[in-house]
Amino acid sequence: MLLLGRYPLMNRFGAILARSIGTVAVGAAFTVFCLPGVSWATLGGSSGSIDSDQTQMQGTRRTIAGNLYTIHEITAATGTVVREFVSLDGTVFAVAWQGPRVPDLRQLLGSYFEPYAQAAQMQGGARAGRRPMTVNQTGLVVQAGGRIRAFTGRAYVPQMLPAGVKLEEIQ
Amino acid sequence: MTTARVFAVTLLAAGFSFSIGCGGGSSSSSTHTTTPPTTPANNSLTITVDAGPAGNYANGAFTSVTVCSPGTSTCQTVDGVLVDTGSSGLRILSSALTTVSLPQQKASDGNSVAECLTFLGSYTWGPVETADVEMAGEKASSVPIQVLSDTDYTAPNACTSSGFPPADTLDSLGANGILGVGLAAQDCGPSCPAGQYFECSSTTNCVSTNEALAQQVINPVALFASDNNGVIIEFPAVSGAEASVSGTMVFGIGTQSNNGLGSATIYDAPDGTLTTTFSGNAYPGSFLDTGSNGYFFLDSSLTGLADCNSSNSPGGAVPIGFYCPATTQNFTAANQGTNGTSGTISFSVASASTLFASSADTVFPTLGGPASNPPNYFDWGLPFFFGRNVYTAIENTSTPAGEGPYWAY
Repeated sequence: MLLLGRYPLMNRFGAILARSIGTVAVGAAFTVFCLPGVSWATLGGSSGSIDSDQTQMQGTRRTIAGNLYTIHEITAATGTVVREFVSLDGTVFAVAWQGPRVPDLRQLLGSYFEPYAQAAQMQGGARAGRRPMTVNQTGLVVQAGGRIRAFTGRAYVPQMLPAGVKLEEIQ
Repeated sequence: MTTARVFAVTLLAAGFSFSIGCGGGSSSSSTHTTTPPTTPANNSLTITVDAGPAGNYANGAFTSVTVCSPGTSTCQTVDGVLVDTGSSGLRILSSALTTVSLPQQKASDGNSVAECLTFLGSYTWGPVETADVEMAGEKASSVPIQVLSDTDYTAPNACTSSGFPPADTLDSLGANGILGVGLAAQDCGPSCPAGQYFECSSTTNCVSTNEALAQQVINPVALFASDNNGVIIEFPAVSGAEASVSGTMVFGIGTQSNNGLGSATIYDAPDGTLTTTFSGNAYPGSFLDTGSNGYFFLDSSLTGLADCNSSNSPGGAVPIGFYCPATTQNFTAANQGTNGTSGTISFSVASASTLFASSADTVFPTLGGPASNPPNYFDWGLPFFFGRNVYTAIENTSTPAGEGPYWAY
């Protein structure tokens, strides 16, 4: 099995996050860590980090403002559309995608990628079969599926959801 | 049109046997010359739902495929290959190819071509190689296939960045290979976005490349000399969990006496999907997929089915990603093709935790789980195929009911 520790920079944050995932305090601490110049953090990071996502995806971008959050929608060169949900305080609390390629989740999930990928690796084994993926942890939910050439999915941090936001809006 | 075409095929077949019968008994028919028929190829292959070569699969339909070094009689039959109407192309574990060696596909600059194919929740990685492929009495020559291995070339970041687990070993795949017999011929298509095919200048340097259609990994059925317009997946009805069940994969649609469309309803699927209507809502983007091991549809809030969790899955590992209702729930839905046809489906979902409690069982007609977000499609997995003959007509091929792609059942 391939393991996923290819980004030593992120391992540090990932380890911190993994230890304390699920507490609101961590979200705050994480923001402090990642705001200045760390371009990898997106989920849980500031809206400024979306710039690096757009660059990485060679995408075009538009924003859709709402009462509880703003959606930054990036259409990648691959044709996949990524939507990043930013709360009024400027935190990316969810990302969703739809299109012919699964986007670079290492980029989009930032330091949430490691705990997600490790949980995803555990989906195999007895009775597993081939099916959509669900990672449901206290501090992170990732749902991925669709079909070949038309993938869908989303990732969000339940504790960061602004009050009043319904899960079905995250798509 | 469907009926007319089927009728025409029937007539043709009838005429055929008539002339054979006639020719033997009447010298007066000397004016009509009959070309002796080529013997129809044996076009059916057994598929078996069982635990598979890794011994732990649930609802996996397996068959055997013979691969040969191109143009030679050096062949190997690989069993435990998963039959998958949700993908296109043959993929075989490197570790399962023990007695045959296949040539590596090269790009025009001489670099080796490798592929990363992302599935619903896993990916396959490995070199593209060329093989002659034989199934039943059918043969396809010089077929690009994917050999699954993480040792020949290191999977690039663009392949691993989904975070999905690799499926390139017997343990992680649960099979010795995947036989994709879906609606598409090639596995990427004419406008193939970056991130699927790669050129490798060394074992650790693979970069995304544009792979021409003719070089792409392809459903081997499309390259058969005959019976090459699709397959039929035939399974008997299954009333409850069982240890195993056998069915048949028939090659060709309306090409032989055993693969006529009969009264099957055609569901045209120009973009590879049909529309499923459930509780008054239409869900386009739905599909029929033997390679998915359950009914994966909508989500807990739309179906009223509880996701499996530790409280409803006592005494064992929680089957994450499946439904675990307290009692078996019955549903009705309808599928619709773009040609306006529709038909109703009744199906049931039981608790995956309860089903999996019997370790001897591998066939589960009531296994189901949620789709991904947005929960707006039905993935009609293997249970859908029990008790049906399901036709998969390959895109741009001719059949008695018109051109593929379509499903019929």
